[in-house]
Amino acid sequence: MHNIVIIGNGISGITTARHIRKLSDHKITVISAETDHFFSRTALMYIYMGHMKYEHTKPYEDWFWKKNRIDLKRAFVEKVDTDGKTLHFSGGETMTYDKLVIATGSKPNKFGWPGQDLEGVQGLYSYQDLESMEANTKNISRAVIVGGGLIGIEMAEMLRSRNIPVTFLVREESFWDNVLPSGESQMINRHIKEHHIDLRLATELKEILSDENGRVKAVITGAGETIQCEFVGLTVGVSPNIEFLKGSKIETKRGVLVDPYLKTNIDNVYALGDCAEFLEPNGERKSIEQVWYTGRMMGEALARTLCDKPTKYEPGHWFNSAKFLDIEYQTYGWVWAKAKENEGDFYWEHKNGKICLRLRWDKSTGKLLGVNNLGFRLRHHAFDKWFKEGRTVDYALEHLKDANFDPELYKTYEAEIIAQFNRENGKNIQLKKKSWKRILDFVS
Amino acid sequence: MSTTEPNLSISNPHPEDTDVIQKIALVVACFGVLILLAAWANIALDASVFMPIAIISMIGGTTVYGARSYLKQPEGIKNNGVWHFSLTSRGAFAWAVGILLTGFYVLLYWFPGYVGFVQNGENQGLVALFDPLSMAIKGRPASQWFMYGTLYTIAILALGMKFIFKYRHSRYQLIRTISVMIAQLVFAYTIPEILAALNYNDVTTSAGEYVGYYDTDIKNVWPLDYDFFYSYHLDAMQEKAYQPFGMIYLVVGIGLFLIGTPILTYFIGKRWYCSWVCGCGGLAETAGDPFRHLSSKKLSAWKLERWLIHSVMVFVFVMTAVTLYGYFTGASSVFGLDIYSKFQKPYGFFIGAIFSGIIGVGFYPMLGNRVWCRFGCPMAGYMGIIQRFKSKFRITTNGGQCISCGNCSTYCEQGIDVRAYAQKGQNIVRASCVGCGVCSAVCPRGVLKLENGPEEKRYDLPPIIIGNESVKISE
Repeated sequence: MHNIVIIGNGISGITTARHIRKLSDHKITVISAETDHFFSRTALMYIYMGHMKYEHTKPYEDWFWKKNRIDLKRAFVEKVDTDGKTLHFSGGETMTYDKLVIATGSKPNKFGWPGQDLEGVQGLYSYQDLESMEANTKNISRAVIVGGGLIGIEMAEMLRSRNIPVTFLVREESFWDNVLPSGESQMINRHIKEHHIDLRLATELKEILSDENGRVKAVITGAGETIQCEFVGLTVGVSPNIEFLKGSKIETKRGVLVDPYLKTNIDNVYALGDCAEFLEPNGERKSIEQVWYTGRMMGEALARTLCDKPTKYEPGHWFNSAKFLDIEYQTYGWVWAKAKENEGDFYWEHKNGKICLRLRWDKSTGKLLGVNNLGFRLRHHAFDKWFKEGRTVDYALEHLKDANFDPELYKTYEAEIIAQFNRENGKNIQLKKKSWKRILDFVS
Repeated sequence: MSTTEPNLSISNPHPEDTDVIQKIALVVACFGVLILLAAWANIALDASVFMPIAIISMIGGTTVYGARSYLKQPEGIKNNGVWHFSLTSRGAFAWAVGILLTGFYVLLYWFPGYVGFVQNGENQGLVALFDPLSMAIKGRPASQWFMYGTLYTIAILALGMKFIFKYRHSRYQLIRTISVMIAQLVFAYTIPEILAALNYNDVTTSAGEYVGYYDTDIKNVWPLDYDFFYSYHLDAMQEKAYQPFGMIYLVVGIGLFLIGTPILTYFIGKRWYCSWVCGCGGLAETAGDPFRHLSSKKLSAWKLERWLIHSVMVFVFVMTAVTLYGYFTGASSVFGLDIYSKFQKPYGFFIGAIFSGIIGVGFYPMLGNRVWCRFGCPMAGYMGIIQRFKSKFRITTNGGQCISCGNCSTYCEQGIDVRAYAQKGQNIVRASCVGCGVCSAVCPRGVLKLENGPEEKRYDLPPIIIGNESVKISE
């Protein structure tokens, strides 16, 4: 029996712990400086918005941990001594381990703007960030958000839920256009404005101004405009939260460097989730994957390795999701912001401007490469199976009804989509009826 | 977060959002309620004038208020501030409403005199306000039950309209809500009153002889309608004067329980009843919607639920068996136990009145809107067994897309920990699910879909969530 210590109680650390327990009797300790219990980080916004309370964001009841013999410790690790296999906590306490797992997640980026450390300027990642946002946004008359990504738009939604006027500075020409192709990105631009968010595209932050008490009072944009505000949200991405490893023998670059087994350069020390950086990225994936789903998958793999079944992290076909205010977004496979040269591209948008579908395929083989769907839902199993079987874009369209995951009684758009595809590509694809037999085959 | 401030608004915690039309609509709706209170306090009002004003004000005011509140915002989920707002987060306002509702039920059941009902005399107070309507429909003064039925229907219609505006982006919610509104207005309210008006029910002859009463809400199926097999009820349905309707209700009532319910529940789940037609469900889904997140999701609550709902079910089965034994043999007791005082009366008191009425509705603001449906209703218990073991209905989980945020579990009025399934990639097959569809609506990642499909693979637990090839299933 090993003494396995996991630093970090987010999705990566907790998935590892749960799966170790499923597979073994090892002693498991999970350390967190953030909260006593695991909660869903993706749900932080809903606490602020009043949809849920903190307790609702905990996926397991508090008795779960004792029942499954997962020891929880609230502490901050200051130093890791890999020679002595010892952790040093702030306050002087220590703890030894046989195997160590680093799952410490991220911290918000700051790019050295003047005034970035003023009162009322913050990012949003941790529970503590949420608490300070609660305090920092009391009775304010305007907030400015810097950075047009997923956390930025979430923060804008949060503030708008309390009727706080928001100015949203986005460096790019269009929202999240380094990921979203133009049609989708512009749809979100419109939707942001529909929510009375003052969206400023192609606008950078130059400086944050302080009042006499060291609190933010305004920002100056790259164009020189001054915007009065009492809160600035910095949402320009996140980086691995690994400062405490400075001075340890664990090799790091931007993140903790790991091999495909999530092992670091030191035996018996592993890292996963947001804070891990792959020496060799997986295919098209980034070397640091900062996604809920990937953290979970790494945890599933690492738990096996720790239980003497060495298992590489081998993610399957890419998928992701988000929600931009009221518009849901799902993606399966790879859809780049701009289609590559060998890629066919199809975009359909509903006349209401809030529902769309994009397909990408390999022009030479016709094989489906990726799909973006906004404003309606598609079955994960369908696309995963179609990618695995190397199905063509024509096949996917023909069977689109099998993949529809919208609630019952919703209007469907397959016929309209296929008509447009046929028109644009000179094809004659015929839509097939939904088949439960095929849907059940997806799952097997 | 403990830093939230109490707020007393009704659907939006930010009063600066309330425009003039909304304020006027709110005043109009409150004026309707004020008429009720004034009538209750025996302030002299001309009922034939103020009763229609009250009804129109309450329905109209609420509709306009709901329309203004929601239509000026983009379509989507509208749960902002639910846990900040006193009424919907067990604050002082919630306690006040809970006490008011509970008190109302106590008076209605046991002290109808205090709401103005006068047996063999002229009604007063609140009941008297509804005399003109009752006279117009069936030519006799209102009873406390007529008053209650009217208010119940108004609540479902007015707050159903609000619900429709709130969920206007969801066609499932839209159609379902129209269904519960029509079911209440037509089947539970209008048809029964018309049958009584046409002397097919609740008739007193010119000689002063009472012919009998039977329940003419066709969708109020035994065992929810626990007195269906009581002798007075069976006799009334067989009364010559009430034919053919009496026999139709008898045959349809038994047929719905024995044949209709199992067949429908097999094909589409118990939702066909609980969240599409049922009166209790209708109120829960409309008036009760602001309280759906208050149900407990603890494992301990689920354990209690299983014991409680099935105990009530056994109780109603035994009580009804004994009742039928008495009916056919003429005996008034079984094994020395009096059928009325040892079976029917306790069921009616503890289950019929206290559980389904006082706790079921009175405690909406404390325990959520489906306490009765989840812990008590024997009809739900019966359908739940079918739904769990022999049905095509399930909530499908969309592969690996769950982010464990907890919206689905939080907004499940039946207290199902939906997330526990979704985050494992497992479909949700639960006896208690009433198929309201709100988990699917509030999911930010498109993970949940209510659907009817083959029983095969209905609730398989995948060995590994899809999207991860690290672990091969063959191992």
